[in-house]
Amino acid sequence: MLKAYMILSIILFSIGMVGLISRRNIIVIYMSIELLLNAVNLSLIAISGDLGDSSGHVMSLIIIAIAAAEAALFMSLFVVLFRKKGSLDANIFDILGSKHES
Amino acid sequence: MSHSILLNILLLSPLTSAFLIFLLTISTRYTKQTLYTFLALSGSGSSAVIALYISYMSYFEHKLFVSHLFTWLNISDFTIEVTLKADALGSFMLLFVAPVGFLIHIYATGYMHKDKSYGRFFTYFNLFIFFMFLLVLADNPILMFIGWEGVGLISYLLIGFYFDDIKNTYAGNKAFIVNRVGDFGFLSALMLLFIEIGSGGFSYHAIFSNLSSIESPMLSLIALLLFVGAMGKSAQLPLFVWLPDAMAGPTPVSALIHAATMVTAGIYMVARFAPLYTLTGDVSLLIAYVGAFSALFAAIVATRQYDIKKILAYSTISQLGFMFMALGVGAYSTALFHMFTHAFFKGLLFMGAGAIIVAFHHKQDIRELRGIRKSVPTVFIMMLIGSLTISAIPPLSAFVSKDAIMNVLYASHHLDLFLMALLSSLFTALYMFRMLFVLFFSETTHEATLEPSRNSVKSMIYPMAILTLLSIFAGMLNLPEIFGGNLHISYWLDLADRHFVLSHTNEIVLMSGNTLLILSVIFYAYKRYAYNDTILKESNTGFVANKFYIDALYNMIIVKPLYLLSVFFDRKISHELIDNTIDLMAFNYRKLGKFFSILENGNVRFYALYMLIGLVLGFIYLFLLLKAML
Repeated sequence: MLKAYMILSIILFSIGMVGLISRRNIIVIYMSIELLLNAVNLSLIAISGDLGDSSGHVMSLIIIAIAAAEAALFMSLFVVLFRKKGSLDANIFDILGSKHES
Repeated sequence: MSHSILLNILLLSPLTSAFLIFLLTISTRYTKQTLYTFLALSGSGSSAVIALYISYMSYFEHKLFVSHLFTWLNISDFTIEVTLKADALGSFMLLFVAPVGFLIHIYATGYMHKDKSYGRFFTYFNLFIFFMFLLVLADNPILMFIGWEGVGLISYLLIGFYFDDIKNTYAGNKAFIVNRVGDFGFLSALMLLFIEIGSGGFSYHAIFSNLSSIESPMLSLIALLLFVGAMGKSAQLPLFVWLPDAMAGPTPVSALIHAATMVTAGIYMVARFAPLYTLTGDVSLLIAYVGAFSALFAAIVATRQYDIKKILAYSTISQLGFMFMALGVGAYSTALFHMFTHAFFKGLLFMGAGAIIVAFHHKQDIRELRGIRKSVPTVFIMMLIGSLTISAIPPLSAFVSKDAIMNVLYASHHLDLFLMALLSSLFTALYMFRMLFVLFFSETTHEATLEPSRNSVKSMIYPMAILTLLSIFAGMLNLPEIFGGNLHISYWLDLADRHFVLSHTNEIVLMSGNTLLILSVIFYAYKRYAYNDTILKESNTGFVANKFYIDALYNMIIVKPLYLLSVFFDRKISHELIDNTIDLMAFNYRKLGKFFSILENGNVRFYALYMLIGLVLGFIYLFLLLKAML
């Protein structure tokens, strides 16, 4: 049973990773990050259920709570970013890169 | 206790005034010249008074002044104390260094009047007095070396005093570099001494009492290297080349540093190490021969020079050669006494030359300065007395001192030395009176006057008058027995003199013979140079006029190869090899950096990709590690 949960978790994590790397829309990137988080949550819950230890549950609850706070932060970030450039394409926001060297 | 304080004041008053003048020069630009004058004269004047007192006490009451200042180094059983000690030799040096220094200070206030670097000049001048005292009063060779280097530095600074003319800077550099050769010898000698007997303490007293434990070849080497140092400082063959060029400095500098005091440091040093040189007869003989050749060489060259100051510079080399001859045959106090009188008459001659230079607006060529007796009568009289003195005409002071040297040389049975000395003294009379007759006894070509009403001129004339008196009468201090004296100075100094026996008849014959020869040379010079223009017809070619091509020779064998070598290193090694290697490395680093900067494009998604790659690689590594462990 654990194996199935873990496989599902790995599949979710991989999808999230691919989304994070390949998509350009910032909102989709954010969703991919959530997917990564929840894949980890799933594996935590599955393992803690399997071991009969409730600390995994506690941990994942905390992660969910933090993810909620994070969501609020991300939303405001999107608004700021959109106001700045009029777009949410991740490729536009690369001012830290070597292209912008003086 | 109070006496050690005297010694400290003597040493520190010139230093203090130098420092104060320095502060004034750098802080304000419009200070009154009077303030500088006051500071400079009070610094050197107070030390001159103390110096006279110290030598008085030393001479009459045989008092030894010692002042222990502090311990400089203390490494296990080796200590270097900074101790000042005015023994007989030290106070004898003080006796002429300090007063002559003071007189030339006064003279310089007139000579440098209205100079824009007045303050800087007196900073150096006072500092020179300080270093000279340090050299003379040091109780160990290391402290002496500090003074030695200090006076060398000041000499360099003052030769290149008017540094806006590049030639003066070159002359300063030449003096400094040639002196380095000598200092290398001095320093090596000190190191050898230290290796041999350094464990027994390094004061003069300790060194001389341990000399017997050094093997004789080593002792000769040390003596020789020390003499190389003296050779550099006292401008003997082959290291004399810097002194004629050193005349680029202002005339008071030439009078004080390059005639009266600093260049005699070599004589002082050899005399100070007299216990060492009495043990090494062969080195002493070498000293005598070097002195003889220098004396003769410089005297011959001086007969074909035209610059007043250069004639006097070669004359200084020649006189120093006389002193080294006396040192070489072991008559230390005789040499020192000639140094004593030399300080007076050579200082006087230089000051006279300076007065003429000031009066005629910095003309120095005797061919352009003919017939100036009417313009500067006072200077003429003083220069005449100075020239008579240096030519050793009785009863002037140099007669006493130089004749003592001649007697010693004759009595030492080195007839070749004696003949060279005789010949050089004849040439001395020739070049001095050539200059004198050309300057004062020929048709007037110039109208100029040294206005005696001006204060600056007065302050030049009075010190000259005092020095004139001194160069007439200073010989009284060391009259030989034959004139009813009893060699006071020699007994006072009490050095390890070799005593030569010479009958009175011999002495009288020598003296009168010398004097007659010199007088006839003067007569010849009068016939040849007075009231005609022989001097203008002299050609510029030939061995003597070109100083025996020694400067050219040095240029060819030392300066040129060094220059070419440094050009080679500059162009080939530095520019092509080292610079290109470094450029290549920098170029490659930049290439590499360009490549890596492609990765860092600022796009978050790519960073996530790199993280993923890193993670995957890490997991693969862990996986392999686990597999290997199981």
